[in-house]
Amino acid sequence: MAETIEQIANQEYKYGFVTDIESDVAPPGLNEDIIRLISAKKGEPEWLLEWRLKSLRHWLTMQEPTWANVKFNKIDYQAIRYYSAPKQKKTLNSLDEVDPELRRTFEKLGISLGEQKRLSGVAVDAVFDSVSVATTFRAELAKLGIIFCSFSDAVREHPDLVRKYVGSVVPYTDNFFATLNSAVFTDGSFCYIPKGVRCPMELSTYFRINSAGTGQFERTLIIADEGAYVSYLEGCTAPMRDENQLHAAVVELVALDGATIKYSTVQNWYPGDKEGKGGIYNFVTKRGKAFKNSKISWTQVETGSAITWKYPSCILQGDNSVGEFYSVALTNNHQQADTGSKMIHIGKNTRSTIVSKGISAGHGQQTYRGAVKILKSAEDARNYSQCDSLLLGDKCGAHTFPYIEVRNPTAKMEHEASTSKIGEDQLFYCQQRGISAEDAVSMIVNGFCREVFRELPMEFAVEAQKLLGVSLEGSVG
Amino acid sequence: MLEIKNLHAGIDGKEILHGLDLHVGSGEVHAIMGPNGSGKSTLANVLAGRPRYHVTAGSVSYEGKDLLALPTEERAREGVFLAMQYPVEIPGVNNIYFLKAALNAVRKHHGEEELDAMEFLQLARQKMKLVELDEAFMNRAVNEGFSGGEKKRNEIFQMAVLDPKLAILDETDSGLDIDALRIVAGGVNALRSEKHSVLVITHYQRLLSYLVPDFVHVLANGRIVRSGGKELAEELEQKGYEWIEQEVAAGAR
Repeated sequence: MAETIEQIANQEYKYGFVTDIESDVAPPGLNEDIIRLISAKKGEPEWLLEWRLKSLRHWLTMQEPTWANVKFNKIDYQAIRYYSAPKQKKTLNSLDEVDPELRRTFEKLGISLGEQKRLSGVAVDAVFDSVSVATTFRAELAKLGIIFCSFSDAVREHPDLVRKYVGSVVPYTDNFFATLNSAVFTDGSFCYIPKGVRCPMELSTYFRINSAGTGQFERTLIIADEGAYVSYLEGCTAPMRDENQLHAAVVELVALDGATIKYSTVQNWYPGDKEGKGGIYNFVTKRGKAFKNSKISWTQVETGSAITWKYPSCILQGDNSVGEFYSVALTNNHQQADTGSKMIHIGKNTRSTIVSKGISAGHGQQTYRGAVKILKSAEDARNYSQCDSLLLGDKCGAHTFPYIEVRNPTAKMEHEASTSKIGEDQLFYCQQRGISAEDAVSMIVNGFCREVFRELPMEFAVEAQKLLGVSLEGSVG
Repeated sequence: MLEIKNLHAGIDGKEILHGLDLHVGSGEVHAIMGPNGSGKSTLANVLAGRPRYHVTAGSVSYEGKDLLALPTEERAREGVFLAMQYPVEIPGVNNIYFLKAALNAVRKHHGEEELDAMEFLQLARQKMKLVELDEAFMNRAVNEGFSGGEKKRNEIFQMAVLDPKLAILDETDSGLDIDALRIVAGGVNALRSEKHSVLVITHYQRLLSYLVPDFVHVLANGRIVRSGGKELAEELEQKGYEWIEQEVAAGAR
């Protein structure tokens, strides 16, 4: 074993290039003037500026949390630039006017901004540093009453919806990073599906960090009105840089009565080099509120970032609402991940499922942290949690911290956990049939993740499998 | 096709085979019998290239190549197949997907075109009949939740698909009821030809009534102490291994 799976060799990060484009950047630092500057740049209404300032003032009273099982040097929040946008000559009238350099960047990432070239069935909002550069299929979706646009556009064009729901799931006082985001968030995606409408295509946002010394603070708000359905995808990459860059996003989902929101993430931020230098700090707050008979399903494949710290959660407020969380997290080299989910059962007959698959290789450290709360009001609530860890090699680690709080005696809870190593026997079995060690590991890992992959939309599932293959490259000696 | 000379080998630093010689010709079926601990499984695993097993002296030539110098997967691609005593489970990996990957790795090695899903399915269906497995079985994860008998039949099924030149059966008969035994033997008999050699490792004679060997060897204390025809297996069945061990001990004195 020690000979076959031991050192973690070169792992190629394919998306590490930098786009040379003139940017409009704010000076580093965080204070009320910077907030006013961001708000003015975006031409925001007064109420939003006030909300940002309220958040900043609250943030200044908060301490960076230390409870997560991750180690990193102190972040100097005054050294970060909170706004960076590629310079564009004028407002865009059509997608054809997107700066060719930006267009090429997204094409290199496999995201075509030209609608005719795209596989039908997926609409994209492309976010570059602090701003959304293009959103495809807007007109077509608008025919159904679906609003899919950048957060900034939504603030301008649909202020009532934004004002009603922003902060309704993750309040500005929620936690250190969410509060920071509320103060400085720049762009992100906004999506509204009207009553009874089933969104005919996958909606997706592609996030790209480009500038050095900047943080990315986007905010996504998805509202599915009564009986509506939407499947939403999110992907992300960043250039290779020696410094750590902060990404502190907030995602809020609102599923009104009978609605379904499926939210899938393939996270591939730059993970840092073999020695653990550089990489993105991915400190994200994701939460959904589920009203009566509604369903929120989170699926995530986390292979990037130096540190991942996130817990996509569901507040199961309405009776019969359903929350799901399916996760594959991979840590290689010196990556660290502290991730899991929170399911808060408030309504009667609410159900939740958590399936978490953690893979650690190299010196990777991984923690599953989950909380299931059954409140007194939640008659007949049910939860099923399963956390499996797979270790490759003997220098990595897996940790599990499940918190369970039950205040109603009718609750049914199940928790299963397992930790396994890719066995010498499994590898030998594959090799004895002629399969190379590399292919065998990738096959075993994919088999381990299968329950989660089958929750992903088709195209993404293929992408996710490939990504795992790339991220594990060289982990078999 | 297989020439083993003075093989000294063991596991985790402990020598188990103390100078084993064996010649297997093309198209021959050899049975290796012997009491527990005599080194039968060590021989099978050393030939297949299992990690932790090491060779301290001797040589193994396979079709003129130095078998011991080849990495595990190369041996497999060159046609050495080991039907394992304890087949492992690989959760989440589809049986058919696994076997297709294996077959295509072998084909690629020989410069043959890889089979696509349809071609492979056709082949697999045909071979499945040999071991009386039904199709639902193909979509289950490799060996996961299989009964002991199903696991062994799966090994023979894989063997039939991969069509190896040298098949080594490591106690494939252990834990099988009489029906499964008949099916397994049938699968192996179907493979018999001038181009296929088989090494059957077993503790009992019973498999050999269905799978009649050309040669029988008795392994004791890491050496082959007696060789003969199929009647040697019957003699062993009647007299037990003690008889041979005593004879060997007497001869040594």
